Amino acid sequence: MTLHNLVHQKSGYSYGFLDPFAKRELRRRMLKGIAIPGCQIPYASRELPIARGWGTGGLQVTLSLAGPNDIIKVIDQGADDSVNAANLRRFIKRMTGAATTTDTTQATLLQSRHRFPEERLHEGQALILQVPDPEPLRAVESDMAKSRILHADADYGQMWLVLYEQLVQFGRYMQGASYPVMVHDRYIMSPSPIPRWDTPMLHQSAHLTLLSAGREKRLYAVPPYTNVFPLEFSDMPFEVEDQRTWVSHSTGVRNKFMTEIPQDDGASSYELSDTSYLEKIVNQQHGHPNTIAPTYYDEDGQFYHAGYLKRRDDAESTPDQ
Amino acid sequence: MTLLDVRDYGKTFHIHHLGRTISVFANLNFTLSAGQFLLVSGANGAGKSTLLRCLYRSYLPTNGEALYHSQHGTIDLARAADADILLLRQEEIGMVSQFLRPRPRVSALELVAEPLLTTMPHPEAQAQAAAMLDNFGLKRELWDAYPTTFSGGEQQKVNLARALIAPRRLLLLDEPTASLDVATRDSLAARIAELKAQGVALIGVFHHPEDVADVIDDTIIIETQDSLDGVLEDLIG
Amino acid sequence: MLNPPQINKRVPLVSARQLNKSYGRLAAVRNVDIEAYSGEVLGVVGESGSGKSTVLRLLNLEEAVDSGSYSLDIDDLRGKNLFDLDRFDRRAVQVHHIGIVYQNPHLGLRMRYSSSGNVAERLLITGERTFATLREKSRDALSASEFPLDRMDDPPRVLSGGMQQRVQLAKAIALKPRLLLLDEPTTGLDVSIQATVLDTLKRIQRQREITMIIVSHDLGVIRTLADRVMVMRNGRVVEQGLTDQILEDPQDPYTQQLVHAKL
Repeated sequence: MTLHNLVHQKSGYSYGFLDPFAKRELRRRMLKGIAIPGCQIPYASRELPIARGWGTGGLQVTLSLAGPNDIIKVIDQGADDSVNAANLRRFIKRMTGAATTTDTTQATLLQSRHRFPEERLHEGQALILQVPDPEPLRAVESDMAKSRILHADADYGQMWLVLYEQLVQFGRYMQGASYPVMVHDRYIMSPSPIPRWDTPMLHQSAHLTLLSAGREKRLYAVPPYTNVFPLEFSDMPFEVEDQRTWVSHSTGVRNKFMTEIPQDDGASSYELSDTSYLEKIVNQQHGHPNTIAPTYYDEDGQFYHAGYLKRRDDAESTPDQ
Repeated sequence: MTLLDVRDYGKTFHIHHLGRTISVFANLNFTLSAGQFLLVSGANGAGKSTLLRCLYRSYLPTNGEALYHSQHGTIDLARAADADILLLRQEEIGMVSQFLRPRPRVSALELVAEPLLTTMPHPEAQAQAAAMLDNFGLKRELWDAYPTTFSGGEQQKVNLARALIAPRRLLLLDEPTASLDVATRDSLAARIAELKAQGVALIGVFHHPEDVADVIDDTIIIETQDSLDGVLEDLIG
Repeated sequence: MLNPPQINKRVPLVSARQLNKSYGRLAAVRNVDIEAYSGEVLGVVGESGSGKSTVLRLLNLEEAVDSGSYSLDIDDLRGKNLFDLDRFDRRAVQVHHIGIVYQNPHLGLRMRYSSSGNVAERLLITGERTFATLREKSRDALSASEFPLDRMDDPPRVLSGGMQQRVQLAKAIALKPRLLLLDEPTTGLDVSIQATVLDTLKRIQRQREITMIIVSHDLGVIRTLADRVMVMRNGRVVEQGLTDQILEDPQDPYTQQLVHAKL
């Protein structure tokens, strides 16, 4: 396989669609992002045959990283078979000649909109998250120039104030997806609209996470084995979605992230959001062999980093309000 | 031992927008020892209060010196730095005037206890304040009330108690008995005697000097220079 | 005219020398020297345009000075000219060592956050991360400012002017700074409320031994609170001295005019 074979001579596309200068710039920006975990790095976001808001940021990162020997997985809200995921996957394959897969354990590059896979990622894998709004301080400072200065000075008082106000007014943290996190004890970062369930997966991960916003033209990174903590008060812990009573309709599995499916009679049914994981479990239950990697949450819902997650009802002290 | 040595002391007011100069007193000389009570007398408007206020530095003396032998050494009150005067006022020199400036929502007891709060805990200060108010005959029911509502005599009792409660080495008394009844005036005279015995030096202007006749050690007479005749009061208040 | 300090040997907490600040051709502050000792209240009085508010903003490190030096006698700040600090260090000084109360509460408060939140923010900036502690310390500061605790979670925009000033005050003292700057803190309030706010200030000053520099055009406020006072006119200091002496025996013609007109 040579570059010569891969390039369509008459069409004028370079390898991976983006021209070499674009790829080089993106890689340099990614390196900078890796060097400064959680810091938003501006980049010149290129035009793609996909509209802004449909994953162009993630796509640019993937196209800059993918080589002919990579194995690409693309998911959208956990599903490989969503239209958007399928589109992106086909485009990447066509432009890079890389193989594709739905198996989390086999992929080298995983591009995702709004979800982590349930199976733990290992060293050598890179997860690329699509980000609509990279700025976690948007709610407290709408001017991006000013929020840059807040980040530079680690002037995060107002962000914490918002959390305080939420506790006073509502008794709980209100942010669902995109829960703000502190990366490497330095930058507050928006982890993209992944559910709270997925937020802990950034912490001390074996894999590299890259986050990229094409429309906003910013990318950032969480290198492997980096501390990532959701913003919380020491006596009011961050909690993930409470799905302890939810059971996967087709597999009977519990304690993995599920989506709620309303039924005609008003009741709800639940199903695993990670479709490839669901497929593996179904296969396993039907006796077909499979490689299922260890998951982030075990059967009892315990996160694999012991002590990282606390539930408020487990907390020792009851802070008075 | 000599506490205060006043030499060639004089005060002149320059009222610029009137273009007037008012010479109140000049060439005053006197000394005061610990435990002595000096009465200041002279005609009305002669400048008796002015002398006290100059010593306290509410007014700036124009010439002369007032050498005060403080615990920290001898210092000329006339030219001392503001920071030094503030320290002396906190620790050694007190002044009682006719007017109490009561603050709203502060009880009589609190006002009297206040000067002690820098040196002792609150309950102790309050206990001593209670004793002082009792001494000057302020009715017990009024102790927790706000002096803004008191009569002139009652306010003056609070004023006196507050001024005399903390230990001082030099006390300046400016018409302290105005609006006081006889019994309270006697109380004050007794208190002055006590203070003298403790070594406190006092200089006083008294509307009725006969109230304190027994405790006077010396008298200084201010002779009228330019008559103030109410001019000063109108201008300065 | 007066001797240098002889028995009071302390170094002043605040030492600002030869402050100069112009806005274009308007010289707002000219060669102003300020000294304030620990635990005292220094009043700055003057009419509009005297430069007194500008001086306060300079002392709060809010604005760059044209020339002059400013130092605080605190720990590792000793001997440093605070005007030379970079943005980051300057903010650290503002947060840890200086509290400020503005005449207009909108300048000092976030009107749409809760009152307790306004106070808690100071603690959050310095890294307090325990919710119960934030509640407790906000409560302490608000109650020291004599703010009714049953309203501690109301946002300032629904509070009266006097209450808003109390929230500003609580916020200013939350981190127990050595220096408190007040710019016309009671101006615009009802007279009866003014009296109570002044009383609170006096109480706080005595209990916490905090140094206050209070700017006011109201001589009554100065008389109630200040130990010493500085009179400003057209950007310069025309006279300074003990409060009772300046108010009862002003020497400078301008001060005499000011005092006689007001009393």
